Amino acid sequence: MFEKGGAIPHQATGNGEAAAGASRAGGLIQVRGLTKQYGSTKAVDDLSFEVRPGIVTGFLGPNGAGKTTTMRCILGLDAPSSGSVAVGGRAYRDLPAPLREVGALIDAGAVHPKRTAHNHLLALAQSNRIPAKRVDEVLGMVGLESVGGRRVGGFSLGMNQRLGIAAALLGDPPVLMFDEPVNGLDPEGIVWVRKFMQSLAAEGRTVFVSSHLMSEMALMADHVVVIGRGKLLRDQTVNEFVETSSEHHVLVRARDLTALSFLLTAAGARVIEAEEGSVEVFGLGAPAIGELAATNLIALHELSPQRGSLEEAFMKLTQDSVEYSASVTS
Amino acid sequence: MSTLTISPVPAISQDSDRVRFVDVLRSEWTKLRSVPSTIWTILATLVIGIGVSALISALSAHDWANHADNHEGWDPTAMSTAGGALAQLAIAVLGTLVITNEYANRTIRVSLGAVPHRSRLLGAKAVVVGAVALLVGELMAFASFFIGQALISGQHAPTASFSQPGVLRAVLGVGLYIAAIAVLGMGLGALLRSTAGAITSLVALLYVLPGLTAALPQGVRDPLQKYWPTLAGTSITNVVQDAKALGPWPGFAVFCLFVALVLAVANLRLTRKDA
Repeated sequence: MFEKGGAIPHQATGNGEAAAGASRAGGLIQVRGLTKQYGSTKAVDDLSFEVRPGIVTGFLGPNGAGKTTTMRCILGLDAPSSGSVAVGGRAYRDLPAPLREVGALIDAGAVHPKRTAHNHLLALAQSNRIPAKRVDEVLGMVGLESVGGRRVGGFSLGMNQRLGIAAALLGDPPVLMFDEPVNGLDPEGIVWVRKFMQSLAAEGRTVFVSSHLMSEMALMADHVVVIGRGKLLRDQTVNEFVETSSEHHVLVRARDLTALSFLLTAAGARVIEAEEGSVEVFGLGAPAIGELAATNLIALHELSPQRGSLEEAFMKLTQDSVEYSASVTS
Repeated sequence: MSTLTISPVPAISQDSDRVRFVDVLRSEWTKLRSVPSTIWTILATLVIGIGVSALISALSAHDWANHADNHEGWDPTAMSTAGGALAQLAIAVLGTLVITNEYANRTIRVSLGAVPHRSRLLGAKAVVVGAVALLVGELMAFASFFIGQALISGQHAPTASFSQPGVLRAVLGVGLYIAAIAVLGMGLGALLRSTAGAITSLVALLYVLPGLTAALPQGVRDPLQKYWPTLAGTSITNVVQDAKALGPWPGFAVFCLFVALVLAVANLRLTRKDA
């Protein structure tokens, strides 16, 4: 995935040594021991992870877990209380032209309502010496070319989100960061964002997307970084996350379910009664259950392995770290 | 040597791409010219400045014609540019909005993401606001002057001209003062991060606090009024100088120093605190 082959389209630079060092770390987001304290609350607590190029990395956590704070630290908007953050091997502040290296959408509503979309992007482009013609290009990429001259105040949530993505793309950066990009989008918009993120990653870019919706991440991301209460909970591929986090069980229907349940329990499985004459069997695989039933001449009506949903796995993983839980505990 | 070659498709930014101050200036100019509040505050400055100046010139000239006996302290330059004392609030709003707008609609984070060197962002805003306000201020000052002199001469009262000592300096000074007020408005906006807060403190600095000093004993009042930044700043707009006040250029220097101080404190807040 990383062997994109071909020459790196770098312009020649005078200081080859430094440029080589930068390009090796190019596209990499490195978070090391990041802690951010607001008063007595630790929004982020000793967080370390890396985000690599070429894949979509999901940044997951319940609301208030510290995702936005982490992203703000990466962008140099908030100063870490301790630890460090680097993009392409450098602190954000030290990037010669930040927008050419990192494109970020943190807050789609952060626009002057009376300014046109075109001028909003133009001012950003000029600040990093990005040619003005790039503004029309990115407007086209997100499908806003026809409303570039309109004031942003009249935009829908979805259009604002697209404008924010256009702003992130202005500098054609190798690293892209999006905070909750599908929030408030209609289904069509969600699919568009998902495809777009994946195509950006396929171009070899680093794509770091936060969300509090595991189901969305399962469709979009290849890798997930899961945090809760500012602490790292998981840093693995989506498949690994599903394997390790969700509990597997087998749905079983049989003519003599009572007898089978007894045998299964005796074999060490945990049997839970489910709806309409079926049971969920934990701790024993479908083949073993089938064998057991056959040996004891019990006719099986259904034997289907179930995988816990990602959403369940995510909720289970983070339930202890949700700041405000709806459940009543004594 | 390395088997894993990370080669992102887009180029990494090079030192030749390094953001320069002029890039930030251009960006700030685009921001300023692309919001309607800029046009409105500039129009308000010109209309109030020129209108009030014309009114005061006409009334004073009329008064002069009717009271031929008492013409002491007749200062046609001051009359013809008197509207600036009111118009300064409009230009201060322009300056303030340049930064408080960004806090109100949260674009400050977008701006700081693009320009992480925060002093550079603040500096560019100050330069752009100062330059625009200087142009507007000089336009207002010279238009007011010529209209005022025309109205005064219509009543056959003595007029001012640029051949008289201090007159050109005073008219130019009105524009300079207006520019400094706009930058002060921006500095207060950056410091307080609120339009209302910045304008309120500016009104206090310009009108309320100097007014209160009148109640103080003379020994305290005179030096306080002499060095009060906004009062000292107006010396440059006067042909006839108050004996107790600082001279035109020293007075303006005191005012500029104060504006620089406000900017420095605002810069400290901007660079030290999370955005």
